[in-house]
Amino acid sequence: MMSDLENHATESEAPLSPERRQFLSRLSLGLMGIAAALVAVPVVGFIIGPLIRKFPVVWRPVGEAESFPIGKTVRVSFRDPSPLAWAGVTAETAAWLRRDGTGEFTAFAVNCTHLGCPVRWLPDADLFMCPCHGGVYYSDGSVAGGPPPRPLFRYPVRVNNGMVEIRTSAVPIG
Amino acid sequence: MNLIHRLIDAFEERTGLLKLMGDLSRHPVPPDTGWWYVFGSATLVAFMIQVVTGIALSTSYISSSGDAYQALQFITTRALMGNLLRGMHYFGASAMVLLVGIHMTQVFVMGCYKYPREFNWVTGVVLLFLTLAMGFTGQLLRWDQNAVWSVVVGAEQAGRMPIVGPMLAHFLLAGKTLGGATLSRFFAFHVFFIPALIFAVVGIHLYLVMHDGISEPPVAGEPVDPATYHKKYDELIEKSGVPFWPDAAWRDVVFCLAVVIAIVALAAIFGPPKLGNPPNPSLLASDPAPDWYLLWYFALLALIPHEMTTPVILLAPLVGVIVLLIVPIVSNTGERHPRNRPWAVGAVVVIVMMIATLWVEAIRKPWSPDFTAQPLSARVVGSDTGPFADGAMLFHEKGCEYCHQIAGSGGHRGPDLSFVGDRLTKADLTIRIMNGGYNMPAYAGNLKPEQLEDLVIFLSSRKHPLATLGTATSGGK
Repeated sequence: MMSDLENHATESEAPLSPERRQFLSRLSLGLMGIAAALVAVPVVGFIIGPLIRKFPVVWRPVGEAESFPIGKTVRVSFRDPSPLAWAGVTAETAAWLRRDGTGEFTAFAVNCTHLGCPVRWLPDADLFMCPCHGGVYYSDGSVAGGPPPRPLFRYPVRVNNGMVEIRTSAVPIG
Repeated sequence: MNLIHRLIDAFEERTGLLKLMGDLSRHPVPPDTGWWYVFGSATLVAFMIQVVTGIALSTSYISSSGDAYQALQFITTRALMGNLLRGMHYFGASAMVLLVGIHMTQVFVMGCYKYPREFNWVTGVVLLFLTLAMGFTGQLLRWDQNAVWSVVVGAEQAGRMPIVGPMLAHFLLAGKTLGGATLSRFFAFHVFFIPALIFAVVGIHLYLVMHDGISEPPVAGEPVDPATYHKKYDELIEKSGVPFWPDAAWRDVVFCLAVVIAIVALAAIFGPPKLGNPPNPSLLASDPAPDWYLLWYFALLALIPHEMTTPVILLAPLVGVIVLLIVPIVSNTGERHPRNRPWAVGAVVVIVMMIATLWVEAIRKPWSPDFTAQPLSARVVGSDTGPFADGAMLFHEKGCEYCHQIAGSGGHRGPDLSFVGDRLTKADLTIRIMNGGYNMPAYAGNLKPEQLEDLVIFLSSRKHPLATLGTATSGGK
């Protein structure tokens, strides 16, 4: 036993050859890389998880069709398709809904197509206006002035059993 | 007493920490560094205040999208000294941004970034952007309506990137829409990830300060030459170097105390920024804007030609980073004294003036409709019945007043129409209103013929009082 230890000590005192040093150095770096990757895969996967998470598409009722006067544009709100339990009020989304005819509805996303700020509907002026950088839209959502590059986005909307339903969508990204 | 000394000696023998700290704090620095050299330490102190107040706030903060608002209300109104603490964290952030800017300007103007300190400029640039990232994420943790829309605005800007834009936007939102996952991620970035990077980079920054030595104050006519710099610097330190502590450090301490007093005093007097409406994205009466340190950029996005929006959003930050990183590469030698570097000083003046101008504009917000505009008074209109009054009412109701001012009431987006009757005929006005123009909606489908007539009658009656007076007087004679 004792002699084993002594032998071992003598062996390790012998300087390693440069080739062996290089090999051990590369081996160690490689092993460190493996260790890092083992930790990194679940960490990175977890963080980009929301990108991969399925976003279910559902129709959310926003009110009885008959309750909307024809020609008027009103704010409606609905909940995200599968909100997390702790989302609270942040799971709410709004849309500007207009009843064009008996069974015809148009639902505009509230996000200005410039930078996403919430546009307001001005009923007397018949315009949507954005408070951030002064984007203006006509009642059909087309750009009337200011920096927006394109018309307001629209949500798919339908009437189902007398209820107006809006199909949930991702935040519109210009 | 003897026992304590022996304990200290035993500790020192086994650790060497006292000698290490003594050597570090008393390392020799150039003489007469003066008051210009205090801003780096002050930035570090501001950061330390952020760490300490941030840790304290995190003991009561709840990083849940649904509950953070109530936690903030609790901290602000009920927790012992919570209002003061939030204020300190806000003004500490402001101080840090401001001091980073001043420190950087001073280093640039005095040429301290030149050989051999180029790489420390680079670490400083990284710290600048990490500080701004802390500012942005921190504003979002003040989880009210403004924060929610700021996330959306941030995501929309990321979304302008070609190909990866939408993915990046959804990464920021932590999903396809804003929701439960959004806040806890920004919390993790603000509280763990970015601060960890700041600690690491500050560590490198300070190590390099020790490694390269504190730069000597610049002397006009003594350019930096890498071939001779170290010899000259070593000779200077050898001949007239002074220990950092306390010869130079006392100024840092005095200034840092002033910074701390300012932060606490501002927090006590003004308190933290008010919590806005709840973070409900379906409440639309919101007027989102970033905190002051990014407000100028928000103004820039409003003022550039509209078709430039995407290029500016994508390229401006990139150009900013590249320019800052290139500075020590293109000018790491030569003259340091600002007197002999007119272009450098000129660049600083131009940048400061540009940002200051954008700030002023951002506070005035001339590009935003003024939703608070009230109907014009009968005194301004000159009548409370008839077409004048009807036209004035339409001027308000149809939203003209949100963008156009008359007699000091209304928005600034479009031209002031107080005296538009002097400039435009009724025909001009009619064409303009019907067809709109750059930034102005066309009202052709929106106004009935009699409404248009009233509006035009009202607007064409807006004439300069002196002109009217002149007519009246001559008519009288």
